[in-house]
Amino acid sequence: MRRIARRGLAIATSITLLLSAAACGGNDGGSAGRGPVPGVTDTEVVVGTHMPLTGPASAGYSKIAPATKAYFDYVNANGGVHGRKITYKVMDDGYNPANTQQVVRQLVLQDKVFAVLNGLGTPTHSGVLDFLHTNRVPDLFVASGSRSWDQPDRYPNTFGFNPDYTVEGKILAHHVKTTLPGKKVCFLGQNDDFGRDSLAGVEKVLGGPVVARQDYVVSNTNVAPQIGALKAAGCEVVVLATVPGFTALSIGTAARLGFRPQWVVSNVGADHPTLAKQLGDAAGLLDGMVGINYLPMQNDTTNPWIQLFTKVNRDHNGNAPFDGNTVYGMAVGYLFVQVLLAAGRDLTRESLTEAVRKGGYQGPGLAPLRFSATDHSGYGGGRLTRVSGGVQAYFGPAYETDEGDGAVNEYTAPAVAPPANGVPTT
Amino acid sequence: MSATGVAAPPATRAPRPEGRPEGRRVPTLLRHLGLAAVAASALLAVSYGLEPFRNFQLATVAAYLCATAGLTILTGLNGQLSLGHGALMAVGAYTVALTQDAFADRGRTGGGLLVVSLVAAVATSVAVGAVVGVAAARLRGPYLAGVTLAVAVVVPALTVTFDGVLNGEQGLPVPVAPPPAALGPYFPYERWQLWVAGSATLLCLVLLANLVRSRYGRTFRAVRDDEIAARLAGIHVARTQVLAFVVSAAGAGLGGALLAVLAQSVSPGAFSLTLSLFLLMAVVIGGLGRLAGALWGAALLVALPDLTHTLTDLLTLSPAAAQRLEGNLPLAIFGSTLVVVMIAAPGGVQGLLSRLARTLRDRWRAGRR
Repeated sequence: MRRIARRGLAIATSITLLLSAAACGGNDGGSAGRGPVPGVTDTEVVVGTHMPLTGPASAGYSKIAPATKAYFDYVNANGGVHGRKITYKVMDDGYNPANTQQVVRQLVLQDKVFAVLNGLGTPTHSGVLDFLHTNRVPDLFVASGSRSWDQPDRYPNTFGFNPDYTVEGKILAHHVKTTLPGKKVCFLGQNDDFGRDSLAGVEKVLGGPVVARQDYVVSNTNVAPQIGALKAAGCEVVVLATVPGFTALSIGTAARLGFRPQWVVSNVGADHPTLAKQLGDAAGLLDGMVGINYLPMQNDTTNPWIQLFTKVNRDHNGNAPFDGNTVYGMAVGYLFVQVLLAAGRDLTRESLTEAVRKGGYQGPGLAPLRFSATDHSGYGGGRLTRVSGGVQAYFGPAYETDEGDGAVNEYTAPAVAPPANGVPTT
Repeated sequence: MSATGVAAPPATRAPRPEGRPEGRRVPTLLRHLGLAAVAASALLAVSYGLEPFRNFQLATVAAYLCATAGLTILTGLNGQLSLGHGALMAVGAYTVALTQDAFADRGRTGGGLLVVSLVAAVATSVAVGAVVGVAAARLRGPYLAGVTLAVAVVVPALTVTFDGVLNGEQGLPVPVAPPPAALGPYFPYERWQLWVAGSATLLCLVLLANLVRSRYGRTFRAVRDDEIAARLAGIHVARTQVLAFVVSAAGAGLGGALLAVLAQSVSPGAFSLTLSLFLLMAVVIGGLGRLAGALWGAALLVALPDLTHTLTDLLTLSPAAAQRLEGNLPLAIFGSTLVVVMIAAPGGVQGLLSRLARTLRDRWRAGRR
């Protein structure tokens, strides 16, 4: 019986501990005097996100959330939105879908965020789509160009931000087709929807399969076999659908193998400061790289948006190195503030998503934002960039297209200037 | 009668403690069932008292508990080391994903099908465990560690090799039926998840606890303590080791399957080598050789990331430093916890608790005298 007594004691202790832990956990949610809408009080609105602050995709991407937060701090310092300050909870998921599951549940169920904003990554975010949907959480401006976010019937509360990877692939292939005709075009992409959607766009415009295609997985940082295969296939143009770490890796590996094709890189992996930092002394390899973007170029100091964001970065982000990720993070913050304003003073989850569906938003972007009741994709195009002499700059016109068979057209609408104090008013 | 084909050796039968009349002992199975019933009702009560997120965390503890309990049997009771249990969890998880997907494709989503999928997951991981176990039974020490390490590395990589079926690193969704309509339309999904994971885990624990107290449990321990002595006593050592591996693989498979059901998706990133190492560290910290130790280990696996997040929240750091810290702190904390536990309480948390209980009881007895 002694053993039973001992075991009983052990079990009793564990149950007590569990219960006390639970009791502690229960307390931290209630006392804030929350209204019926999760994460919203008269003075505060709490939103959350999941980001790869560490791990294989953190290069560059880890700077997005701090930039968004800095813009929110700037807005808060200017009185907030409808008198509410924005609190941004950033959770690290290390670009691992299993971690995303945990941290998003923590954000929604425990921290009771009002909305999830700009959750980053195709594999990571697709794992929480159903969870967010069943909990009716607005899932705004996902930081990925997967077409999964544009399913208004299935996920009415989910909206993208980036151009679809297919849209991007079509514009990149349009450039290749018109300026580099007859060249052998090859493709290296991430082994998921990112790579697949991008390749679909490229092949749609090229009118047939690429000469060689390879893919990589984020957990394996050796791309020498893939690059070797592309070299062996005699590729002259290589389209990359890669995250920044793997763009740098591919270009560096190719140089070591004595392979110098024309690189044409997807938006998410084409930010020059990020890549140059990764490559270090070998940053010169980036010269001639063609990329695509849809936000003002971070080195264009004459652009009023860049002037605004530089100021915010200096005052609220510890003057962190300013690159495309900073611009991206702040552009997301600006759009969210616009949407929050449009949702009105009586903020509910329904009024927020309704405000996004209404559409008509304009900000720093060079391409149209297409939100409507039937379209939940983000930006609808972009403009090509080229690195020369270590400086990345736009060239040519901006383009827009769709994810289907539509043509690639020039987009000529004039750019808008930011409001005087940098905070949207209507 | 003997499944291992070994004649019951008198030497391995635990000697009856003296002065304890045999007639007063409650049969082992009944006692374990009783404990399980108590635990089940406690869990039921707790599930109503807790917030959804805590329910989800508790369900995750339950899922990990299956795996750590299995590993406790293997490492603590049988003395075999495995660095590959995370991979065995992946086998269970992917089996559930594939079977649930197959059911969903045929338009069947009933709750009973989940039981079928879970059984299939256990069966598959048993099969894989048997293969690894046969290899493991021939190897000792670093060689055994090497083979299981290979399993931990190879299995997640297979998902990329066969990405047509397993969808590479993006992984697969796991369609799971909503809670039964009888529970009402607003029944929290996380409470249902706790019920599912909790009942599967309790069943698994009852079976394992019974095994530990049975003749097989004694042969496991005999092989661990001295293989030659065990062989002299007529125990088929290799067979016992394979059996132990298979049993622990079943636990790991069930754990992985439950984890996949909870997350409603599987991906290789969830079952990396780190997970295998974490599992081993968790059972060592919890207390090797006792199933109760597996509970502490599982709780630690869930509590740790939460803890580090709270910790980094408390410290006011520059954003960059906080980022660096949050990703790496869990590893550092786990490592230092392991070191501290090994120095201060070599028996793990459970060893410490039993020692504490013993001291208290002795004091109490001395006071009565």
